[in-house]
Amino acid sequence: MSDELLRMTGIVKEFPGVRALDGVDLDVRSGEVHCLLGQNGAGKSTLIRVLTGAHQPDAGTIHVNDELVSLNSPTDSMRLGIAAIYQELDLVPDLTVAENVFLGHEPARFGLTRRQETNTKARELLKGLGHGEIPPGRTVGLLSAAGQQVVSMARALSREARLIVMDEPSAVLDSEEVDNLFRVIRDLTSRGVAVVYISHRLEEIRQIGDRVTVLKDGATVATGLDARQTPTSELIRLMTGRSIEYVFPPRQEVPADAPVVLEVENLARPREFADISFSVRAGEIVGLAGLVGSGRSEILETVYGARRATGGVVRVDGRLLRPGRVQESVRAGVGLAPEERKSQALLLDQAVYKNITVSSMGRFASGGFLNGRAERLAAEELTKALDVRPAGVEHPVRNLSGGNQQKVVLARWLLRDCRVLLLDEPTRGVDVGARSEIYALVRKLAANGVAIVLVSSEVEEVLGLADRVVVMREGRAVHTGAAQDIDEHRVLDLVMEGSAV
Amino acid sequence: MSEEVARSQATQDQSQDVPTPSGQAMIEVDPTETTPRGGRSGGDGGGTGNAVTNLLKSGAGRNLGLVIALVLLCIVGVATAGDRFASTANVLTILRLAAVIGVVSIGMTFVITGGGIDLSVGAMVALASVWATTLATQQLATDYHWILMVSTALLVGAACGLVNGLLVAYGKIVPFIATLAMLAAARGLAEILSDRKTQIITVNSFVDFFGGSLVGIPVLVWMFVLVAAAGWVLLNRTTFGRRTFAVGGNAEAARLAGIKVQRHTVALYVLTGLCCGIAAVMLMARTTTGSSTHGGLYELDAIAAVVIGGTLLSGGRGTIVGTVFGVLIFTTLNNVFTLNNLSISAQSVAKGLIIVIAVLLQQRLAARAP
Repeated sequence: MSDELLRMTGIVKEFPGVRALDGVDLDVRSGEVHCLLGQNGAGKSTLIRVLTGAHQPDAGTIHVNDELVSLNSPTDSMRLGIAAIYQELDLVPDLTVAENVFLGHEPARFGLTRRQETNTKARELLKGLGHGEIPPGRTVGLLSAAGQQVVSMARALSREARLIVMDEPSAVLDSEEVDNLFRVIRDLTSRGVAVVYISHRLEEIRQIGDRVTVLKDGATVATGLDARQTPTSELIRLMTGRSIEYVFPPRQEVPADAPVVLEVENLARPREFADISFSVRAGEIVGLAGLVGSGRSEILETVYGARRATGGVVRVDGRLLRPGRVQESVRAGVGLAPEERKSQALLLDQAVYKNITVSSMGRFASGGFLNGRAERLAAEELTKALDVRPAGVEHPVRNLSGGNQQKVVLARWLLRDCRVLLLDEPTRGVDVGARSEIYALVRKLAANGVAIVLVSSEVEEVLGLADRVVVMREGRAVHTGAAQDIDEHRVLDLVMEGSAV
Repeated sequence: MSEEVARSQATQDQSQDVPTPSGQAMIEVDPTETTPRGGRSGGDGGGTGNAVTNLLKSGAGRNLGLVIALVLLCIVGVATAGDRFASTANVLTILRLAAVIGVVSIGMTFVITGGGIDLSVGAMVALASVWATTLATQQLATDYHWILMVSTALLVGAACGLVNGLLVAYGKIVPFIATLAMLAAARGLAEILSDRKTQIITVNSFVDFFGGSLVGIPVLVWMFVLVAAAGWVLLNRTTFGRRTFAVGGNAEAARLAGIKVQRHTVALYVLTGLCCGIAAVMLMARTTTGSSTHGGLYELDAIAAVVIGGTLLSGGRGTIVGTVFGVLIFTTLNNVFTLNNLSISAQSVAKGLIIVIAVLLQQRLAARAP
């Protein structure tokens, strides 16, 4: 046990309405690559934030070198030698490579930075990482994603980190760069540094990992698994086997003569997705499944006109929508419930009814004057029908729970009688009880003839709710078919084995 | 420094209006009429009652602190200056002074609520006042009607606002910089047009109309009341106002909800420019001049009034009633200081303190709200 560097026991972290972590155990030894596996929303990112001191756990203990510690701030974690390399790199783009490496602990004398020494030291670190070719004086913003990642790693090393967390480091890299990343990781571990490695690509875990810990629904379901020997099916079973069963409403047969409402043909945006085609009939739910970054949300936003398509067409009721025009989509009867409810959909400080009527204000206005009473009445009717709690339409939306906020967004589009509803992660941040309600609501909307496109990171949700699914991987549709004909394992296989194909 | 020149100009402006003591105390606001509505966040009140009672209700409830501040100032005024403060003439003076900056502040409330800021208001007032008092314009006004001077001022203001709006909405220049450029350019243009000379207004009908009184209350004050009332209705009762809150509160959400965010932004700056045009007319009437030094530091006074009134500088929350109180507080403060022969510098210090205290209090209250 002497080589045990980190032990986290029973970590709990709650956010309003969500228990993000619910008893996580993790132990990491010096010199190993410890892989963290779990579906989106399993709690990996929150766990990292606890480890790096960005979040404080509500319960549980953390030991570093058998010593009980409390990580109250990122500085605490750094002092203990814990560093993280995030998916979104946290570099200052306008500073140089060397300045970024030593940001926060610049070599200095009498308060003056020592440029020469900084550059020399940075060069040594970069050389150690096998990237002596990166000039320390270059502005970081000019480097490639891979180069920036190396800088991030150099920064971690400059702090003499003993434990480096890497959150999906390979996501931005091509295969050659991944090889180099692995070389660096092996070099680090041979020096006794421990690496916590997060990736969705199972074959990478097989290649670089020593042990695996699997998270599901905020809790550790297995730990200390052998990264090379544990069969894929076992890992996927651990990740997906649910403790909570969601209730999905029964599917309804879409009538054969139901008209096609939404047609998407060869839709494309560079570096996001390409060649996406699907159509949705009235009353049908089509689900897009795939990992974060596989282009799902981007597709929805492009269909909606919030992003401008560079190729392909979108038709609603046979009418062409010009690309990049939200106005036109809204007029044609398209509604979007975006992924980031709070930043993209809601006016948090405004009353519930104002959030509901914001897209159909014209209906309540004469000569520009709003009829507040009519607005409230319409909103009350909807909130009652959707069972928004607390009742009443005067509360600021901020005070509502995630599930109820989502209902408010849906009510906005219900009020417009929209023909097409684009739902991006409709149950993110929604607690378990309210989920089934949202599912029932979505199904009911479909039954009323709305064409629905659903995006979710939770494969089960897509399969349970949709009539047809499109499986996405790295911006491409890799499978399209009826939801009944495919199961969760097969979908995960399709999206995760990724580059192995 | 030119700032100081502008400042002393403003002081002269005010000292012209120092009143003669006479008449009865007349304090506008009676605190007993207010109905504090504890913790509730009641927005626009219920659907019942007419606009006036709603205005009083929500205004009084939300702005209780401002009312108290104003009353305290008045008490200080009465205590230190006695009848010189508490006279009808003095109250009218305060209102006359408040009217001009008040109209500018109403416009500023819109642009700030919509998530922007306009630093060029003072410069727009100056340019509009100069353009409306050129010899040519005045000649036209003498030949036909003074309405030509008014429309010139309004057009100039609106046009400057349009440029501001286009730069911000379509040029993607941050409002601070775009309107800073307008601040420099508009005042410069005003100096060129006027050759840095004060242009005396010779159109008597103009001065007579705007300098006069209606039912004992100066026309200028009526104008402020009208602009404020119209602003309140526009912000709280129309689609335009609702969109302003939406755009300022969360521009991305507004865009995804189908609001034409860019067009709305342009409209907000035009509206502010228009208010500056109105303010220019009022200032012309009060000083019977047009000058490139008019409206000095109005941007700071207006922003200060708006912010202490309770409008969120980052947008999404705004109150016309609060702004009106903000303006009255600052103008009363100036008046009390002037009556007590305190220096303009002491006034500035007091202003600074009030801004800080007001914002600190607001943050506390906002944190306590549910």
